[in-house]
Amino acid sequence: MAFGPFLLLALIEGMVTAAVLSLAAVGLSLVFGVMRVVNVAHGEFFMLGAVIAWFVAATVPGPAWLAFLAALVIAPVLVGALAAAADALILKRLNYDPEATIVATIGLMYMIQQAALTFYGPDARPVPAPFEWRIQLPWFGTSGYKFFVVAAAIAVLLAVWALMTRTKAGLIMRATQVDRDVARAFGINVDRVYMGTFALGAGLAAVAAVLVVPIQQAHYLMGHDPLLLSFIVVIIGGLGSLRGTVLAALIIGLSDGVISMFFSPTLAKIIATLLVAMVLVFRPQGLFGARA
Amino acid sequence: MSRAFTLHLAVLSGLLAAAFLVPDWQVTNLARILVLATFATGYNLAFGYTGLLSLGHALFFAAGMYGAGLPAWHWDWPALPALLAGTAAGGAFAFATGLLALRTAGVSFMIVTLMFAQAFALTILYFNTWTGGDEGFVIPDAARVLFGLDLSQDMPRFFAALVLFAIGLLAALALVQSRFGRAMVALRENEERARMLGINPYAAKLRVLVISGLYAGAAGAAYGLFFGYAGGSFAGIQYSILPMLYVLLGGAGTTLGGLLGAGVMFYLIDFASDITDAWLFLVGAVLVVLVLFAPKGILGWVRAKWWGGLP
Repeated sequence: MAFGPFLLLALIEGMVTAAVLSLAAVGLSLVFGVMRVVNVAHGEFFMLGAVIAWFVAATVPGPAWLAFLAALVIAPVLVGALAAAADALILKRLNYDPEATIVATIGLMYMIQQAALTFYGPDARPVPAPFEWRIQLPWFGTSGYKFFVVAAAIAVLLAVWALMTRTKAGLIMRATQVDRDVARAFGINVDRVYMGTFALGAGLAAVAAVLVVPIQQAHYLMGHDPLLLSFIVVIIGGLGSLRGTVLAALIIGLSDGVISMFFSPTLAKIIATLLVAMVLVFRPQGLFGARA
Repeated sequence: MSRAFTLHLAVLSGLLAAAFLVPDWQVTNLARILVLATFATGYNLAFGYTGLLSLGHALFFAAGMYGAGLPAWHWDWPALPALLAGTAAGGAFAFATGLLALRTAGVSFMIVTLMFAQAFALTILYFNTWTGGDEGFVIPDAARVLFGLDLSQDMPRFFAALVLFAIGLLAALALVQSRFGRAMVALRENEERARMLGINPYAAKLRVLVISGLYAGAAGAAYGLFFGYAGGSFAGIQYSILPMLYVLLGGAGTTLGGLLGAGVMFYLIDFASDITDAWLFLVGAVLVVLVLFAPKGILGWVRAKWWGGLP
């Protein structure tokens, strides 16, 4: 194969990474933007989404697409409920102190990881794709499901954007983000907004995981990479800025695909982590963010 | 002698006595706890006393481990130069990290240090032909003889670990009782006020981070040489979390907190592993419980209740 087809293949892989990453990162970004909480357990919510998808696929009878649709509903709801419980039992009691919540979510990360290892096991398990559709290009064939992942991610992102800008719930969330004390003075139940935001952020990670799990198997340690990459994307895109986050996910996803294809995945991650450190030191508002 | 100094000597003597009282296999555990306690004591200087909550100390620990292990493996260095090289590597990496990371504070500082540590862990994997990558490498026996003591034997290893910890503990005690030690606490409590008192926050924090990095480097080098193995997992985020866990448990901002936290956590996991192998869950649960109900840790509580002068 010549250079061109390789690049095309790298870009297709990169698009899938970018799609999944933008969902997970928007979840992280929402939580940070509204609540000012850095959620280290975000990767574990992602992993739980994939594991739940496997359980659903194993128990729901009938065609693969039915089980997939069921997982797409059940996984985010369950993960969101868990996140809401964690918010009420832990984060709220810490009064959302930034450093204490990081330590607490690290603890949460280990607890969820161990729970997955104990109840799901150390094996990586595949989940069937909802449909089999191969696209044959002149140089190579690729799964049509990958394009579905991209389309689905765009649809979910549009829904989040509509929620934030076109509904009352979004307005309340944005008001809480700007100033939680004034929001409370206007009769907004800030505790409920925080709980809902934390659940929504975790649910988005779970949706991303359900979408990616037919391509990448479910495993109890699979939350590590999405967490690192989501951090990278959220910081480069500007903390709390949704548009910057999506743009950064696109850049990081595509360059990850290209560098991984032509050099090595490890090198791609080294470059990305160092880039993040430098962005935080020299341009803390993010590459695309206007405000701090 | 002050009460504080007497207490620290008593603790060290107690540790020495323990080696002769407990069964042989426990002596190895004690050596491991002492090395981890040295790591935690250095972490406490940065986090507990100065308020620098770093998530990247695995970087300095691993720099020490590889700074000692690689020369021992590739160039047959003996134990003492390897140990010193590892300690220096920890300090040097802390200096380089601090130069950049200390331009940020709070949550940003945590993430920047985390990212540097991640980049280092990935770099170790990337150069796997030279570092052994994920599998790591066994440190040659020739490099495990220090002043005629065979570090692969239980008792000599314990004495070496005790000497390392004693130096670290007494140096930490001297540091926190010095004028600079009070500047560290001032920076933690109120950076602006400390600046008005004529302390240069950036320079002072950098100094603390380098000292803390030297502790982590020495502990990492000792861990490699004493137990004969260096591997990529020691650079992972878990080894940044562990000293934080020990310090939070034992008491942030107390000289003996690192030792107490490392010891209690070690035996808690040891005890729990008789019942279940879910020790990671225990680590997570202890973190959450501490941060929710006991943010001062054990010795912080002792200080608040009984002895305000506890260093």
